[in-house]
Amino acid sequence: MRDVAIVSFAQTVHSRRRQDVNEVELIQPVIQEAKERVGLDRHDIGFTCSGSSDYLAGQAFSFVMTLDAVGPWPPISESHVEMDGAWALYEAWVKIQTGAADTALVYGYGKSSPGDLPRVLSRQLDPYYFGPLWLDSVSVAALQARAMIDSGKLTQRQMAETAARSRAAAKANPFAQVKGDFDVEAILAEDCLADPLRRHDCPPVSDGGAAVVLAADDTARRLVERPAWIRGIDHRVDSHNLGARDLTRAPSAALAAHEAGVSGGKVDVAELHAPFTHQEAILRAEIPLDGAEVNPSGGALAANPMMAAGLIRLGEVARRIIDGSADRGVAHATAGHCLQQNLVAVLEGDG
Amino acid sequence: MSEIAELPEGLWYQPDVDTSQIPAIAGVEAVRSIRVPARVEYLYTPGRAPTRFLRALAEKRIMGERCPVTGKVYVPPRGVSPVVGLPTEEQVELGHRGTVTTFCVVDIAFTGQVTETPFVSALVLIDGADITLHGLIQGIPPADVRPGMRVEAVWVPDDELSTSFENIRWWRPSGEPDVDPDTIREYL
Repeated sequence: MRDVAIVSFAQTVHSRRRQDVNEVELIQPVIQEAKERVGLDRHDIGFTCSGSSDYLAGQAFSFVMTLDAVGPWPPISESHVEMDGAWALYEAWVKIQTGAADTALVYGYGKSSPGDLPRVLSRQLDPYYFGPLWLDSVSVAALQARAMIDSGKLTQRQMAETAARSRAAAKANPFAQVKGDFDVEAILAEDCLADPLRRHDCPPVSDGGAAVVLAADDTARRLVERPAWIRGIDHRVDSHNLGARDLTRAPSAALAAHEAGVSGGKVDVAELHAPFTHQEAILRAEIPLDGAEVNPSGGALAANPMMAAGLIRLGEVARRIIDGSADRGVAHATAGHCLQQNLVAVLEGDG
Repeated sequence: MSEIAELPEGLWYQPDVDTSQIPAIAGVEAVRSIRVPARVEYLYTPGRAPTRFLRALAEKRIMGERCPVTGKVYVPPRGVSPVVGLPTEEQVELGHRGTVTTFCVVDIAFTGQVTETPFVSALVLIDGADITLHGLIQGIPPADVRPGMRVEAVWVPDDELSTSFENIRWWRPSGEPDVDPDTIREYL
């Protein structure tokens, strides 16, 4: 296996609506910043991979429109996943492992504002049984939260505490969208959006994106003093059929964490992609994090740009390793309803 | 749902299900197809560069944007030079004439078409631009259209101008001599 590291990370300031820009105008500055941070230009990138969704853009092959931002001429080695950029990063990691590239640019972006996001996300359901019900993404998450509460694994107070802790942590995150001091009692006094989920249990709807530069071996060492080495990375999938799952568990997250080698050492920091408060509790039970600091960025509860929020978890952990504030961290990304698909990576610094 | 056409026979195939093998549904007629109407709505915003382009069109002006590195002019602009990945910020006013680079004659009617068949759909290199734009060619028999032919934009009446690319109804011969094919070779 080659040593592959995250050497650079950039993200947008996430917001509810970026009606001033189209997708390529949204992501171009982030791509440029990620490259410039390590002194690379487009000719130095061996492989490019992006994550985005036509369902967000409301347009077929929408990712082609944003390729302008990488300057794909003369023709480049490029790929795209219709998933969060975390999975684009996984593809780029594989590409580098094959020896076909020494560096990679990975980006993910989503403008959720043009559509009605919970309704758009309902299209992730199967087209025969659940899809025709038009069960929106908040309602699906509420089923899972209800299962957590009914099983005795979680209380609504604990969910509110997760919301308050995340938004308070986000005060230190200049890119976060929802941040501040929120009172748990006040949260609990609010009405539910989709019982038992209150507004505070849900992620914001965000427009935004992120970009990462990967590099292998000596290239990584040359670009940055302390690369965030990817020591393990794995992704797994649970059943698409909500009725076939124990919704209080995410076995695919546990398996991915095991395969990535999470338990192989002390975890200083973890960034979990838990869009809803109850999902953080599920992930904490599946991924052995011991005393790690969890979601110092505020996580997806503070900013949830679709197709980028998972990649941002990797970037947030990498950033803390590159700057020396953490030695070993765990990054998690999810996709689908109710933590159906999960990716876990272990990042480490040298020495 | 009345607005949805019946499935054409032969295009969709559902293999027969042998329900006798599953006691709970033995004798039940298999579902062969379902109709699941779906609709999601989007509210688009064009972004900065396309907004500049569309606002100029409402003033009967065609504005491209120049790549800061290569100097090439793109129309309609999307905000980023597709060759170098950097923002385009310099606007360039283009002419109302151009050159046909390639074209095709459309002989078959289709839903939503705007003119009668046969008509010519062409790529037009607008004067001052470095990329071709799609447009219809009118005012000349389709058989006479040729690469290198000079054309001019036919706009909607001034009181119908709006922030729309449909301001240019089509292109028609300008009467100028054809250009040397070598000058458009790069754009084919």
